[in-house]
Amino acid sequence: MSDNTNTHTHEHPGYGLYILVWAGLVGLTTITVALSGFNLASLTVVVAIAIAIVKSLLVTNYFMHVRTDSAVFKVFIFVCIAIFLVMIILTFFDLTYRFPLK
Amino acid sequence: MSNEAVVTHVHRDDEGSKMGMWLFLFTEALLFGGMFILYASYRFMYPENFKVAAMRLDTLIGAVNTILLLTSSLTVVIAIVALRRNQKTFSIYMLLFTVVAGGAFLVNKYFEWSTKIHHGIYPKGPEMANLSDGEVVFYGLYYVMTGLHALHIIVGLVFILFMVYFIIKDKQTGDNCQKLENAGLYWHLVDIIWIFLFPLFYLIH
Amino acid sequence: MENVSYLEYKGKHKGLLAWILSTDHKRVAILYLVSLIVFFLVAMTFGFLMRLEMLTPGKTIIDPQTYNALFTLHGVIMIFLFIIPGIPAVFGNFFLPIMLGAKDVSFPRLNLLSWYFYIIGAALVLISLFVGGGPIDTGWTFYVPYSLRTQTNVSLAVFAAFVLGFSSILTGLNFIVTIHRMRCKGMGWFKMPLFAWGLYSTAWIQVLATPVIGITLLLIILERFFGIGIFDPALGGDPLLYQHMFWIYSHPAVYIMILPAMGLVSEIIPTFSKKDIFGYGPIAMSSLAIAFVGYFVWGHHMFSSGISDTSRAIFSFLTFVVAIPTGIKVFNWVATLYKASIDTRAPFWFVVAFIIIFSIGGLTGLILGSLNVDIHLTDTYFVVAHFHYVMFGGMGLLFFAGLHYWFPKMFGKMYNEKVAKLGTLIFVIGFNGLYFPMFIMGYLGMPRRYYDYLPQYQIYHIISTVGSWIMILGILILIFNLLKALLSKKNTITDINPWGGTTLEWTVPTPPPLENFDVEPTVTHGPYYRPNLIKPEKSH
Repeated sequence: MSDNTNTHTHEHPGYGLYILVWAGLVGLTTITVALSGFNLASLTVVVAIAIAIVKSLLVTNYFMHVRTDSAVFKVFIFVCIAIFLVMIILTFFDLTYRFPLK
Repeated sequence: MSNEAVVTHVHRDDEGSKMGMWLFLFTEALLFGGMFILYASYRFMYPENFKVAAMRLDTLIGAVNTILLLTSSLTVVIAIVALRRNQKTFSIYMLLFTVVAGGAFLVNKYFEWSTKIHHGIYPKGPEMANLSDGEVVFYGLYYVMTGLHALHIIVGLVFILFMVYFIIKDKQTGDNCQKLENAGLYWHLVDIIWIFLFPLFYLIH
Repeated sequence: MENVSYLEYKGKHKGLLAWILSTDHKRVAILYLVSLIVFFLVAMTFGFLMRLEMLTPGKTIIDPQTYNALFTLHGVIMIFLFIIPGIPAVFGNFFLPIMLGAKDVSFPRLNLLSWYFYIIGAALVLISLFVGGGPIDTGWTFYVPYSLRTQTNVSLAVFAAFVLGFSSILTGLNFIVTIHRMRCKGMGWFKMPLFAWGLYSTAWIQVLATPVIGITLLLIILERFFGIGIFDPALGGDPLLYQHMFWIYSHPAVYIMILPAMGLVSEIIPTFSKKDIFGYGPIAMSSLAIAFVGYFVWGHHMFSSGISDTSRAIFSFLTFVVAIPTGIKVFNWVATLYKASIDTRAPFWFVVAFIIIFSIGGLTGLILGSLNVDIHLTDTYFVVAHFHYVMFGGMGLLFFAGLHYWFPKMFGKMYNEKVAKLGTLIFVIGFNGLYFPMFIMGYLGMPRRYYDYLPQYQIYHIISTVGSWIMILGILILIFNLLKALLSKKNTITDINPWGGTTLEWTVPTPPPLENFDVEPTVTHGPYYRPNLIKPEKSH
């Protein structure tokens, strides 16, 4: 562990890539607002969450540099998300079967 | 026995510092994650009431706030690139833009909340007795989640203002800016939380 | 650099300030040690009073309200101020950096901050005893709706637990980064001592699970002050969702309690067997497995609360799954003892007692995990016995084991061997006298948290209370034996390796100096490797 200073051996991408990502984020926001005008019934939540996930992936990978950082950060994020999913899925095993289906 | 003061040298470990920040971000993510679990559970239990309650939220303000935060995330990243290129002043201006955008978000939030409160829609407020259980829960979740989020925006803004100060004093420079990057990471998380809050509260139609 | 021990070096500050402002991981560990023992004794006293009260049905020495406050605070203090911080905050802080060949943890100032959060949380608990509506009486689980309605001091006690969560999170965060970044030259992940693996797995639970109870406790406070309606059934909330959120943390929390302790067993056994540990890889992986699967089982605390049958079946099945990696550890430990040359000094006996007591606790956990049997046993004294066997007989016993194992290294003193063994024996007899009858009376129907009871249970309560006196005697003997060694000038030792251990802490001076190592060590083999003595079946 001799050199713990700046481990960025690669250059930051120029402003252009970031502005492109930003444009994508704004675009996705527009899409998600537009879609809320349609009646998607039970798909509403799924579509909204899916778009939010894509937006988050853009922020995480490009703005937060996870794409170019060392793999350990990807593993960390994966573990965090996995644990959260376990929590919500097991809770829903209770909820979905507790109430009589209407 | 030595009478000289013992000094331990502080080692520098940028990668470790980044790791520490990410772990802290996970704690924030799960703090909100717990609230999201509650949101999901109650939306499952009260689907119609949630729709009714959500109609009173202003989609336009919500969308504007989303764009504000997304843009402020962009300016934070640009500020970091600028600092690495030793463009100190430009970096500072970008960070100040971030602060202004975050401030504008909070101003919007203030107007949203005061409108609701004016109409008696707040915990133990006069209008709440007229609402169904699901709507009461919806607004409870709304106030807690957007309130907690706003608190985190304030913390993030303070963090960034400290970074502005450090840059001015050359404590964060082109080849020593892990603290600034960590502040950026925090800000992006605050942005991501809002990316999920927005559709879940404003776009249930 | 002079080799002045960490107890004596002079820095910028003097006296008490030199300790409470120190970011040296060893001094922070001692700060935690003193704090933890104080609060352990406070909570032990509450337990002592509870057992006195339970000698007779009806009132013995205190009224029902006081009894409810006592069992609540006994739980809150033991769990949040002793067991959860426990081994990581004291022995993890002291020895993790040394075992990794490092000078300190990754974030020494955050380390000190974690202790400040601990003290603030502890102070808030103490204050909550005396202000407002009186000490909290909800049980340490703070279930709604009672915790929303009772006039006792819920908010302050719950806020204290919230603050303590930060202490736990900071410790976990620090250890994860330290283990990733500060291992010395040559120490790959699979050359790390197993105590470090235990601390690593624990740290992930501390970081990911604690925020969930953080938000849950915050919501209790918000509901009490603002009537938000998220858990309150009168406003449309669901009390079962509270229980889900509470146990999503509190079950993994028990693995925060036990994983470092099991890591300690994996240190003591090879040292006292004079042999390489059997199954290093499986033991290391089992720590990770327990930490991970431990997130899947929380519903077994809710079998009779009203959750769906489907989820009950799933949680019951997963509860059986999580027992498997623990079994793997026990088998590997016992295999290490096989054909070993066993050193029967004090620390070894703690470990033997632990394996037996913890196995009883663990197996009764499986009994409780069986859905149909649990309906009969839940919320009875059977559960109380089970968790004291695993938590107290697990972590508690091993906390004392750690003290006896690492005492010479930490303080440069040696305690009286015979007295230590005597204290352990008395403790074990008393412990079983106190808790074993609880299995029986629980099975016979005695409910937990009850102040009054039917006369047929009295005989078990009497045996249990007498057991508590014997156990407390054992604890006091152990503590006084250590204190005497600490304060006496005659017990000083300078032997850097009294037990013949092979990990890095046994290569530094006794007690260690400020920066632990003069020169960063380089390791070339596994942590329990011994060149001359008994060869393991498999070489690493």
